[in-house]
Amino acid sequence: MLKINHLKVSYGGIKALNDISFEVPAGKIVTLIGANGAGKSTTLRSIIGLVKADSGEILYNDTNIVGLPTNKIVGEGIALVPEGRRTFPDMTVLENLKIGAYLRTDKTQIQEDIDWIYSIFPRLKERHWQQAGTLSGGEQQMLAVGRALMSRPKLMMMDEPSLGLAPIVVQEIFSIIRKINNDGVTILLIEQNANMALRTADFGYVLSTGHITMYGTGKELLENEEIKAAYLGKKKKM
Amino acid sequence: MSLATFLQHCLTGISLGGAYALIAIGYTMVYGILRLINFAHGDLFMIAGYLMIFTLADFPWYIAIPIVLIGTVVIGIVIERLAYKPLRSAPRMSIMISAIGVSLLLQNLATYLFTALPRGYPEIPYLKRIYQFGPLSASFVTFLTPILTMALVFLMVMMINKTKIGMAMRAVSKDYETAEIMGIKINSVVSFTFAIGSLLAGIGSILYFTDRMSVNPFSGSLPGLKCFVAAVLGGIGSIPGAMIGGFILGIGETFLVALGFSTFSDAFTFILLIVMLLVKPTGLFGEKATEKV
Ligand SMILES: Nc1ncnc2c1ncn2[C@@H]1O[C@H](COP(=O)(O)OP(=O)(O)OP(=O)(O)O)[C@@H](O)[C@H]1O
Ligand SMILES: [Mg+2]
Repeated sequence: MLKINHLKVSYGGIKALNDISFEVPAGKIVTLIGANGAGKSTTLRSIIGLVKADSGEILYNDTNIVGLPTNKIVGEGIALVPEGRRTFPDMTVLENLKIGAYLRTDKTQIQEDIDWIYSIFPRLKERHWQQAGTLSGGEQQMLAVGRALMSRPKLMMMDEPSLGLAPIVVQEIFSIIRKINNDGVTILLIEQNANMALRTADFGYVLSTGHITMYGTGKELLENEEIKAAYLGKKKKM
Repeated sequence: MSLATFLQHCLTGISLGGAYALIAIGYTMVYGILRLINFAHGDLFMIAGYLMIFTLADFPWYIAIPIVLIGTVVIGIVIERLAYKPLRSAPRMSIMISAIGVSLLLQNLATYLFTALPRGYPEIPYLKRIYQFGPLSASFVTFLTPILTMALVFLMVMMINKTKIGMAMRAVSKDYETAEIMGIKINSVVSFTFAIGSLLAGIGSILYFTDRMSVNPFSGSLPGLKCFVAAVLGGIGSIPGAMIGGFILGIGETFLVALGFSTFSDAFTFILLIVMLLVKPTGLFGEKATEKV
């Protein structure tokens, strides 16, 4: 579904991504893990067109989307749950969901989808009139996920959805990620919480300072000694 | 001062304030979206005045007014495209300086094209007809201005809160990038904002100059500054705030003149600005001073 070939991105001369290639097959959950500043967010931001690639290809269903404006890319069925949630604080929960469907014109279907989001996140239904800025962090994350779903994406990218959430809420978010995936949405997930991410994902890639250094199925990476030492906080067996 | 004179001055003040309000809304909307003080806005208002002079020379008023409004909107959009859009990701100071540049450009262009001598503003007979309401008598435009202003403000507020484009404007004013990943085209929203601001400046210009009778290349600068102050008073970013700010200035100024302090009437505006900035910098209806993320 998504294929990244030799992507290079820099910010004013400083390289953030140095020739990365990876693939997200349709229907799967793929995770990208890596330390702070490795270039994870930059990867997602360049896929959705917020930052321009220096070179390389981003093939979405075999067409290169590098250089397309963000609204076109979103219209093609890619959605991003941005780092730090970024819900619109002085819009209500309902308005935040509606703005997620900004490019859609099918009014009745939108209403059905709002109900579908409410069934996934009953908490959002209870609080639909509340300003998003007054929601708790976990609720805001749910809203950000719901808002992204409202565009009816084929590929949903999530930038550290578990950041700053209590373990129980993290569990909830991850089970929802699986549920959304079961509904047919392909997922590209970025995480610091490598343990949870690798358990959930079909495939994983490790990104360090702008390079892909390792990849494999979620299970393989979980077992990998180097990953255990670097990302899972377990001692490497000598 | 008798009650009748008092009411008469109130009416004049509200009417002047209404014209101020229409221009103040342009400042407030553009600031809300781009965090830019569009110093050229007052000069656009002046250009709209000249447009009316030339169009009304050749066309009847009911054709001239739409031409002037459309022309003003087009000029407003072109200014944004040429002078502000290329600087959108530059430091905010650059775009402010560009706005000052456009302001000076328009003033000098007008001086060059139309000379610095004031030109008579044409009369639209319907607007100048005198009406009598009890003890109050004034031209139709004096009654029309505040009513039209309030109706337009109502429409604007509805648009911003209830329509899709309004929702997009609110999103863009909070967070460009997130608005973009919702699929919103930032450029269209910005152009739309300038279109509305310019349209209101065009309407304001007709109402204002009809009562003042002449236009010169600097006719826009002082009213422009005052309307900017009105926007700050009301809380920049807030449309109802801009309206209230406009009314306060208009009424205040009119009464100062009526009481014989006409030399202070302009200073009044700026004293009010300073007091407001000291007491409540966010203005009457301003949001908390959140820097843009
Ligand atoms: N707008 C920017 N301007 C300049 N440099 C940037 C910009 N955004 C990111 N960078 C740099 O690019 C590199 C990669 O950043 P990125 O945000 O992609 O990291 P990340 O892997 O998402 O990190 P984290 O886990 O902390 O979110 C970093 O060195 C960062 O400083
Ligand atoms: Mg990041």
